[in-house]
Amino acid sequence: MTSLNARAALLSLLLFGLLLGIWHLATMNAGAASLATVAAPAMTPEQIEYARLMGKPVPADAGASTSPVTTKSGFPTLAQMGATVVHHLADPFYDKGPNDKGIGLQLAYSLGRVALGYVLAALVAIPLGFAIGMSPLIHRALDPFIQVLKPISPLAWMPLALYTIKDSAASGIFVIFICSVWPMLINTAFGVAGVRKEWLNVARTLEVRPLRRALEVILPAAAPTILTGMRISMGIAWLVIVAAEMLVGGTGIGYFVWNEWNNLSLPNVVFAILVIGLVGMTLDGLFARAQKAVTYAD
Amino acid sequence: MRIDPLEQGAAAAVDTMPDRSPVLVRVEGLAKRYGGTPIFEDVNFTLRQGEFVCIVGHSGCGKTTILNTLAGLERASDGHVIVDGREVVAPGLDRGVVFQGHALMPWLTVRQNIAFAVRSKWPDWSKAKIDEQVCKYVALVSLTPALDKKPSQLSGGMKQRVGIARAFAIEPRMLLLDEPFGALDALTRGTIQDELLKICAATRQTVFMITHDVDEAILLADRVMLMSNGPNARVAEIVVNTMARSRQRATLHHDPQYYPMRNHLMDFLVERSHPVTPARSIP
Repeated sequence: MTSLNARAALLSLLLFGLLLGIWHLATMNAGAASLATVAAPAMTPEQIEYARLMGKPVPADAGASTSPVTTKSGFPTLAQMGATVVHHLADPFYDKGPNDKGIGLQLAYSLGRVALGYVLAALVAIPLGFAIGMSPLIHRALDPFIQVLKPISPLAWMPLALYTIKDSAASGIFVIFICSVWPMLINTAFGVAGVRKEWLNVARTLEVRPLRRALEVILPAAAPTILTGMRISMGIAWLVIVAAEMLVGGTGIGYFVWNEWNNLSLPNVVFAILVIGLVGMTLDGLFARAQKAVTYAD
Repeated sequence: MRIDPLEQGAAAAVDTMPDRSPVLVRVEGLAKRYGGTPIFEDVNFTLRQGEFVCIVGHSGCGKTTILNTLAGLERASDGHVIVDGREVVAPGLDRGVVFQGHALMPWLTVRQNIAFAVRSKWPDWSKAKIDEQVCKYVALVSLTPALDKKPSQLSGGMKQRVGIARAFAIEPRMLLLDEPFGALDALTRGTIQDELLKICAATRQTVFMITHDVDEAILLADRVMLMSNGPNARVAEIVVNTMARSRQRATLHHDPQYYPMRNHLMDFLVERSHPVTPARSIP
């Protein structure tokens, strides 16, 4: 078992090295190409101006062409990427106005939105899921609505949200709410409806009151299924927040990505992508742990 | 062995049973129909306080439905179940049920499973008092070492014993057992039968139990109710076990009354359980 883990880790490291190697080779060529441009014959002032507008190197900048500043519009080399990572991690929480905030601060904005929308969704979805799971009548009555609303892309709600709520921050939270509500709702209903009849019969013969039955029999019995729904919801919420913040703007990791794209700063974009992935992985890991805690062997 | 006349109604039932203790349960004209066809019909019997009654019959004769009706988990199509002078309309703490598949909650330990039942019966008891009651009944089924284990860590026999302890721990007026040992191997079954016999003797518990096992019925029951096959099943005979109540599994088969009774029950199951002479009565 340990040897399997060790071999897997080794293979992962090799793959990582391979990826870095490919990255290095690919960016090396780009660097050579830009050097070739530098060696081009002299340009007219109009051509230089045009080249500057297009983000291409011009003869006047030739001396500085190896510095990160001029090549930042191109795909970064490994060294530039490393410098960017260090730069961001050195001071993650600075705030120098609307378009210049530390990555930690941006993440905190995104996580805050996700948390708020997600908690609201859980507050709605779990009790409603209980009702749907326990009552076949409610299940059948609500099923058509759920089936229609579930496949709608959460971002499609954005215009309506912006119009009705008239607040972009609240609209972002609403979008997170609407995208995380469905998996939680459906899984809760499914888990509650699937609670084994013999456990309910035990509760009946013991004259357990409805609230106690819900909290002490149905909830623990359905908890693994409910947590699966919550985990899926969290995954979707983290996917959607990036897109939502690109639309809404202002703050957050999604806005950061879009802003750095407008700055043509690919190292920052790549760094943000990595951070999004790592945070998503951490969130999923937390839910996996919670899931393990409530799962029972039968 | 003695074969009781079948009870035709409430009045008759009392008259024909001049036995010792008062009647605890009276079942009158019970019937269950799905669509038009009755599964069973015209089921009448009484249970006396402290009595151990087994019901034997082939699958599909409605034994479990009768037990569930006694428990209040199911409603009969016709007839009444009267426990202690009151009609059964819902499940209640006065009737403990041991389910076929133990029905323990797998996320709770043995202690918590039984405490759940004890707390349902006596909500205002202190934690210490509940725990004392739990330990007492766990000890009764000799599972004290397994108190803090989850059901998944127990064998099938141990789980069923926890189920029995849970039913006993609420000290019900009557215990309903739905084929509790059906899934157990013969050795385990024997041990738990002895245990059950011991506890019943100690607590004078009234028990109504479903079984497929004729030997189990002879060992445990004071009376054995034989049901004819469904649909249209009925209680065909009620056989009184006249062997002394101190009977034991190890020596039971040496009793001269054992084989006649066993043969009678087997003959019934093999040959005479087919229906359907309505309301037959053996003189």
